[in-house]
Amino acid sequence: MKPTDTYHPDYFHKVVDCQWACPAHTDVPGYIRLIAQERYTDAYMLNRESNVFPGILGRVCDRPCEPACRRGRVDEQKPVAICRLKRVTYDYKDDISARLPNIPEEKNGKRIACVGAGCASLTVANDLMPLGYQVTIFEKLDVTGGLIRSNIPRFRLPPEVLDEEFDNILDMGVDLRLNTPVTSMQALLDEGYDAVFVGSGAPRGKDLRCAGRDEAGATGRVHVGIDWLGSVAFGHTESIGKRVLIIGAGNTAMDCCRTSLRLGARDVKVVARKPRDQLKASPWELEDALEEDVDLITCHSPKAFVVEDGALKGMTFEVLEYFEEDGRQKRRVLDEVFMPADDVVLAIGQENAFPWIERDIGIEFDEHDVPVVSRTTYQSTLPGVFFGGDAAFGPENIIWAVRHGHEAAISIHKHVHGENVADRLPNAVDVHTSKMGLHEWGYSNQYDPHERRAVPHVDVQQRFKGIDIEVELGFREDDWRVEVERCLNCDIQTIFFAEKCIECDACMDICPTQCLTIIPIDDEEPEESVRQRLRVPAQNPDQAVFVSAKLPQTRRHMVKDEDQCIHCGLCAERCPTAAWDMKHAQIFVPTVEDEEAAAQQRQESA
Amino acid sequence: MSYIRKPVAHHSNLPVNALGLTERDYEGGMSTLCAGCGHDSITAALIQACWGLDIEPHKVAKMSGIGCSSKTPAYFLREAHGINAVHGRMPSIATGANAANRNLYYIGVSGDGDSLSIGFGQFAHAIRRNVNMLYLIENNGVYGLTKGQFSASADVGSRSKGGDINEQPPIDPVLTAISLGCTFVARGFSGDKEQLVPLIKAGLQHRGFAMIDVISPCVAFNNHEGSTKSYAHTRQFYHPAIHTDFIEPRAEIRAEYERGKTMPIELHDGSTIVLRKVDVDHDPTNRAAAIGYLERHREAEEIVTGLLYVEEEGRDLHAINRTATDSLVEARVHGNQQAVLEEVQTQYR
Repeated sequence: MKPTDTYHPDYFHKVVDCQWACPAHTDVPGYIRLIAQERYTDAYMLNRESNVFPGILGRVCDRPCEPACRRGRVDEQKPVAICRLKRVTYDYKDDISARLPNIPEEKNGKRIACVGAGCASLTVANDLMPLGYQVTIFEKLDVTGGLIRSNIPRFRLPPEVLDEEFDNILDMGVDLRLNTPVTSMQALLDEGYDAVFVGSGAPRGKDLRCAGRDEAGATGRVHVGIDWLGSVAFGHTESIGKRVLIIGAGNTAMDCCRTSLRLGARDVKVVARKPRDQLKASPWELEDALEEDVDLITCHSPKAFVVEDGALKGMTFEVLEYFEEDGRQKRRVLDEVFMPADDVVLAIGQENAFPWIERDIGIEFDEHDVPVVSRTTYQSTLPGVFFGGDAAFGPENIIWAVRHGHEAAISIHKHVHGENVADRLPNAVDVHTSKMGLHEWGYSNQYDPHERRAVPHVDVQQRFKGIDIEVELGFREDDWRVEVERCLNCDIQTIFFAEKCIECDACMDICPTQCLTIIPIDDEEPEESVRQRLRVPAQNPDQAVFVSAKLPQTRRHMVKDEDQCIHCGLCAERCPTAAWDMKHAQIFVPTVEDEEAAAQQRQESA
Repeated sequence: MSYIRKPVAHHSNLPVNALGLTERDYEGGMSTLCAGCGHDSITAALIQACWGLDIEPHKVAKMSGIGCSSKTPAYFLREAHGINAVHGRMPSIATGANAANRNLYYIGVSGDGDSLSIGFGQFAHAIRRNVNMLYLIENNGVYGLTKGQFSASADVGSRSKGGDINEQPPIDPVLTAISLGCTFVARGFSGDKEQLVPLIKAGLQHRGFAMIDVISPCVAFNNHEGSTKSYAHTRQFYHPAIHTDFIEPRAEIRAEYERGKTMPIELHDGSTIVLRKVDVDHDPTNRAAAIGYLERHREAEEIVTGLLYVEEEGRDLHAINRTATDSLVEARVHGNQQAVLEEVQTQYR
């Protein structure tokens, strides 16, 4: 095993588990420290740089950061409530209008068309408007927001929040055309836009084909989840029967069951084909639904709709049992049951659909009728046409759509300037010490043993009085003050200078999580073997093991298992020669503005 | 020293010993010694050894005198008993404690000043009485608390931080202990736990006085060029004479050690120390030979480490005095108190 190159831009980035897991690479520890310092507006703006919609995401993000949080690995504690702290930045911020980017009066002459007014298109506009682009967004509905507005119920995301954050972008001078569905890509291309971005989402809910589907459909009591949620959101549907079956157990199913309760249903069952540990819904969304007394029924596969005298009576299901055979999951049918229902809502997935894109204009579609789109440039096979959000690769989530938007903006910028879209700036990392005095650091290094704070909810009785009563209240000050201290500041890295080490063992002895070891290592020894020889063997393959250069006195190596480090800085405090330092590693993920600055620099030097 | 508390968080896969305790459970308060002090490393070695021997912390008494070294019992085994005695007087207090209760592990932590100057007489007599205890000298060659004057263990020619050269010959605790009849004499280095931890384990299990002289560099006042007790100097002249493996009672001695170079010694509790000779000249069971060996290497200015002399047949304080094994408390429960007392007192008339 050879000494680690910690200056590879990904090395320290990976240590910041939350930031690494976030598709938009939000500087999580950075904004949590700003909240702790009561700099809420700064914290909001830091969020906005990467994820654009902190108020929306602080409520409904799928939070890939939280399962990744280091705090969840140490001492079997729950992760920091990152998502809810994001909402704190929104709730406490001041007016930010003066801090939004200036939009140049003089435009750069490039016109960009975006299809769909959802978060992917809005992110593209947010990134390109400050550079003088003219962005036009076409939206088929009479409102912006796409699936965020139509599919996320108001009791989870108030429309005011959405409007505020969307208006911040639209007010940059975006040419928004509501009620303007794009019916032909060819026609759009003929209008002479310099680039087209497709952010039209995955608007088609999957249907369930089984016996009695057509008769049941004729009763008008079988609904496709995302369409039904949209119809509720726009006020077309105001009631539902007393007994409702929700088919499927993803996050859409959770929204459907909770919405049903608010429209008058009394007996709501969510029926899933898979067992409990394989459901698609995020654990917290499932938890919120169960708190509202929704029945969750697992291992039931829909068999037939039952219709009598033109009225829907319910559905029959096969009761399944799952078992393993030859290392594979198999299932067998145990029984068949009937469940009565007044309404059935299908929430078994959704797909993207592009009936408006002609198949002979150079945009290639794969065998599933999905456009072929690059995962790095977001460009389709027709140069100048880019895809992002659910339209690109099928349903993902909002934070991915934001990432797609940022990346597509870079590609669009390169495309219209005749540069190679694949030739992109790499990520970068900058480290600077956080040492402020002998025992003083630029971050709070005292480990706070408190447990994760729960966000207060509106009382279960109260919340059903209206469809638009937001259930989550957001952290109160007492709670977020505790929660911010639970963050381990993983971006404050332990930096080791091998040449200064006198091998006194002080760092190893004080380390509360025993993640340091000094051992002799042969260049040829494989990493797996080194991992086993540490004081506590490094068993988490997802986390790196740091190996220093040879130490001056004994030619051994300092080894650090990044997995369990809690960044308390005691190694640096106890080091008599400052061979350890705690340094803030700032990760730079290039934006379209960085690409523009780099291009200008290239021009000047050329 | 640090101003924050050591975090309660610990490694999620930290191993537990037979008592279900982790190494973290054997810790004490946060050290207030200088960053990088060798003493803190010895503290960590004590923690590892006690954890490894499955010792119940409340079965330990920590004894110390005065000096940087004597602060360290506060930093390990927070649930153990202990006395911080007057300067140099720890051996007599440990002797008294051991006389009163032989069922505890006694760990004396002293320094070169505490044992080789003000407490030299006490040190000698505790050895002579063969008190059953582990006695560590955290040896850094200077008085750190009073800012770096030479101690009695400073080598001739060693330079102080202020530039003075020491011209007085050192007292070598190892040679002194062997010549006084100590039954377990070792030298270790705070920067080599691989050697030190088995030595501490063996010393704890040895019946009788187990003295370990541990070179423990003072980073604040004696870690500069010209010092003979710095990390760099110790490593340069380091001469491990013998490798000690401590083997617990349950474990079998594996026969793979090279013949002639290994020497298993069984301790009274059934555990075994296996000595692997690094240097074949050295016989750690022959007192005269051990003294000769040490003298030869002293002339070569080498720092000889390892278990340097051991005599497992020696009789400890209680054996020499033929102390009654039953306590009066037990006698009070089971028998005629008056008769028992009479019998005990007769022994001393």
